[in-house]
Amino acid sequence: MPHPLKISRITRRKWLSGLGWGLAAASFVLVATPLLDILFTVVRKGMSALSLALFTQVTNGISGGLLNAITGTLVLVSGALIIAAPVGVLAGIYLSEFGRGRFGRTVRFLDDVLAGVPSIVLGYFSYVTLVIGLGWQFSVLAGSLTLAIMVVPYIARFTEISFMQVPGGLREAGYALGLREFTVIMRLALPLALPGILTGVLFAIAIALGETAPLIYTAGWSNFLWNGRLIHEPIGYLTYVIWSFINQPYRSAHALAFAAAFLVILMVLVINVGLNAALRRARPARAGQR
Amino acid sequence: MKLRPFRIVLILFTSLIPLALLAVLIFLGRYSWPAVTFNGWHFLAGHTWNLGNLYADPVKQRGVLAPIGANYGILVFVAGTLLTSTIALIIAVPISLGVAVFLAEGLRSRLRTPLSFVVELLAAVPSVVYGLWGYAVLTPLVAHTIGPGLRSVLGFIPFFSGAIGSGYGLLAASIVLALMVVPIIAATVRDALAQVPSETKEAAYALGATHFEVVRRAMLPAVRGNIIGACILGLGRALGETMAVLMVSGGALNYFPGNIYSPVTTMASFIVSQLDSAMQDPTGMAVRSLAEIALILFIISVLTNVIARLLTGTSRNASPA
Repeated sequence: MPHPLKISRITRRKWLSGLGWGLAAASFVLVATPLLDILFTVVRKGMSALSLALFTQVTNGISGGLLNAITGTLVLVSGALIIAAPVGVLAGIYLSEFGRGRFGRTVRFLDDVLAGVPSIVLGYFSYVTLVIGLGWQFSVLAGSLTLAIMVVPYIARFTEISFMQVPGGLREAGYALGLREFTVIMRLALPLALPGILTGVLFAIAIALGETAPLIYTAGWSNFLWNGRLIHEPIGYLTYVIWSFINQPYRSAHALAFAAAFLVILMVLVINVGLNAALRRARPARAGQR
Repeated sequence: MKLRPFRIVLILFTSLIPLALLAVLIFLGRYSWPAVTFNGWHFLAGHTWNLGNLYADPVKQRGVLAPIGANYGILVFVAGTLLTSTIALIIAVPISLGVAVFLAEGLRSRLRTPLSFVVELLAAVPSVVYGLWGYAVLTPLVAHTIGPGLRSVLGFIPFFSGAIGSGYGLLAASIVLALMVVPIIAATVRDALAQVPSETKEAAYALGATHFEVVRRAMLPAVRGNIIGACILGLGRALGETMAVLMVSGGALNYFPGNIYSPVTTMASFIVSQLDSAMQDPTGMAVRSLAEIALILFIISVLTNVIARLLTGTSRNASPA
């Protein structure tokens, strides 16, 4: 040992590299721990609040069940999909098949911009135009339309990507057989792109299920079951229960908030696990033959 | 080009996306215009939000009808938005880079997919659930552990000293925002790292670099543009985040945070928290002023997104999920 205090340059670099990997791993742990704690907390407190009454009774003040909120969430999300899916899918088809020009590039860009607009801004926009402007008041249609504007960019993007992965040779074969553009796209390409589109729709459902801010201003809140009216009638939803009831100083309110959070997280988790499996299975297949 | 009916239908539906953006701009602008003229620049410079006397007859001021004493200044909320987002990014950026490096280079391929899923899940947790967790777990933690710890280490800086309070406030809001921003930055950087050409890596290895040195000296510099773009994208998300911030920020009205533990209010969360009281205003000026906040948030979010997309180049290289 020539000099005990002098560490060789190589050793120092190895140590620093090791430290670097350690910090990288530590940051992952720092991020994964809160996620696990979020899931753990919500599942533990949510499970203990679960009961049959939750699914059979409507909310009564700050107690009772969540039937109105569960059905309300399903109604709002379905409404959003009915509006957003056709728009998103058709826009995605356009972007993939004809979107090379300036209009296509612009829309693609604005699609990303729309996805980045804060949901509260969209909610307030709908409040101003639909709830007040058109006089719809807090209603299913106002809520669903707002959610639809939020999720359209994602459906369009997923659709575009899955259409782009359909091989061009298939389209050319169709045209060579004398098929019309409509037939080639809707009958030949669409079936192959369909799994990707459904993935996008699932993704949109997961987003819409968890939204709160845009609905506070458009859907309102109701203790009662939806009576089928599209306007002039507010509707309940699960995420409202979470943010509103947790601020009440009552045990029953907190239990309902955690139960609602559990249901929302459960649905989002199931969808995301499904998405993950679908995307992973889809990738090698698409990269391969087809 | 011959216009076929099918293409016309496609174009009509596609145009709805730009039209939606345009409609948000026009209708928010039109609705808030009386407030814009009433408030003027004072809107951004003033720091008191006062609905005025709602029981007295409103008077005509600056050409529009508004309650006596009404005064709408949002500087406090602008400060709250900027502070929470900045602190969130200061926390999130180094952690995100660590996570991205760890996921892209630090794992064997078998572990990469399940651990990447953790980050994807973090992005999938709804904002209101973050708020719930912040309420139930994080704010007590900030009040009793993180806050005192931070104060004992950094207490010599005035901003980190002083009363810690209930845990609701700037620090808790920033931590929650950081958690929500990490998956955005980490996923973008991870995807960019995966696309670094192998020549770049091999050249660095050939010079005798260790694996980490390759990442640190060759790969990260190669994706610098993507990193900056991702950070701005994360900033855009943090600026507009509403529910989670609302539930942990403590809601300060008309005063600036004194230290990192003070309650704050951001522009986005203020819109939600104020609707009920704003609707009491018979002239509607308060609701219109809230629309002005939404308009400003809209413009900020569009700008940050445009800048981020320009910096990350084509917006299509990252996978949408």
